[in-house]
Amino acid sequence: MNTNKNSYTIIYATILVVVVAALLAIVSLGLKDRQQENIQVEKQMNILGSANLGKDVKNVSDKNSYIKEEFSKYVKEAFVINANGEVIAKDSTDIVKSKAFGIEPSAQFDIMRKIEQGNTSYRDKLELPIFICYTPEGEKLIILSCYGSGLWGPIWGFISLKDDFQTISGALFDHASETPGLGGEIVTDKFRSQFIGKIVMQDNNIVPIKIVKGGIKDAKHEVDALSGATITSVAVQTMIENWLKVYEPFLEKQK
Amino acid sequence: MAMDKKIFTTPILKSNPITVLVLGICSSLAVTVKLEPALVMAVSVTIVTGLSSFLISLIRKTIPNRIRIIVQLVVVAMFVILIQQILKAYAYDVSKQLSVYVGLIITNCIIMGRIEAFGLNEKPLPSLVDGLANGLGYGLILVIVAFIRELFGSGTLLGIQVIPQSFYEAGYMNNGLFIMPPMALILIGCFIWIQRIFQKEESK
Repeated sequence: MNTNKNSYTIIYATILVVVVAALLAIVSLGLKDRQQENIQVEKQMNILGSANLGKDVKNVSDKNSYIKEEFSKYVKEAFVINANGEVIAKDSTDIVKSKAFGIEPSAQFDIMRKIEQGNTSYRDKLELPIFICYTPEGEKLIILSCYGSGLWGPIWGFISLKDDFQTISGALFDHASETPGLGGEIVTDKFRSQFIGKIVMQDNNIVPIKIVKGGIKDAKHEVDALSGATITSVAVQTMIENWLKVYEPFLEKQK
Repeated sequence: MAMDKKIFTTPILKSNPITVLVLGICSSLAVTVKLEPALVMAVSVTIVTGLSSFLISLIRKTIPNRIRIIVQLVVVAMFVILIQQILKAYAYDVSKQLSVYVGLIITNCIIMGRIEAFGLNEKPLPSLVDGLANGLGYGLILVIVAFIRELFGSGTLLGIQVIPQSFYEAGYMNNGLFIMPPMALILIGCFIWIQRIFQKEESK
């Protein structure tokens, strides 16, 4: 057969593409549920992590079911608040299906940037998630979300506050593409644990946490920066400050 | 059928895709900071080179010559997307670490290079072996580089600390240079150098 004829080439290309596309579509559909579940479990794990829970995740064989069980055991409530700090949605049954859990911090970050640029009409669109977690020790923790831009890509995380609404009880950060070994170190326990016990509110005002180089002087408000990762360190500081500001009206009301 | 052992052994050492053909350098700089992503990358590339060479070889007589590169690209891309989807479903942590590099397997010159040079002209089974061997040759270098970089750059292997804490207390520090991409280039340069010394006689 002459495989160089135009008609043959066109038909060949068409059949090939259709077959490959169909195959990929089937695989994608078949794996979609599992992939979605992985993304959700990751978020649950991060929320638990900020409350210093779910630590056995490395020792269990079935990570997904362990995280889901821990999450449903400890995270009991979820709110959505608006820019004025008013609660607009509240769930206390299935948190994973709640409105708060479904909120994408990245989308809220875009809205926050628009507000910053002076588009005040976007204030009404702002929706911020809050999760309430009860630890095995009976402590009530308020978990806030945060999201920002790092050196190479987005960074995000969760911060848990004690129920005095001003002391950090734990923090968890993650990133898409910070430099491994330098900025990527924000995920490590060593960096995260520094945030425990820091004060973010004083006399009804936000006191931003400072990430400083060369040793901390103010143990209540300062955290040691990562060496060799100045921009990522500053990005974490800015991220926390930005999100505390939008959560501020809510935190003030709790006083 | 000429199922020579050489088809399998040469690509791993004598004509290693990275140190001799100097292909696939880009990804070998990017994914070798830690050992685990390097291992997954090695396995993924091996599977993709093997299977795509095999499939192209199966249909080699039907491929219109003028669009053969496009056909190769479609086949390689298909396998890469399959791997990406499977990793996302069954090894989510690893797929997060590899992020864009899995997608970039498509652009890995080794795969298209082997299909052009071997798969298009040879029978399916030797093509499969040739593809797998080239993937392994690539993976071997990747794993060695990752081993050295993780050991000296982070003091860990597969995420487990191997350099004892007492060393750090005595003043030992991880070498930050090993984490940066230039160090991978220097290491690969050294491998090429070493290999050229030993293969000098043969290449004459």
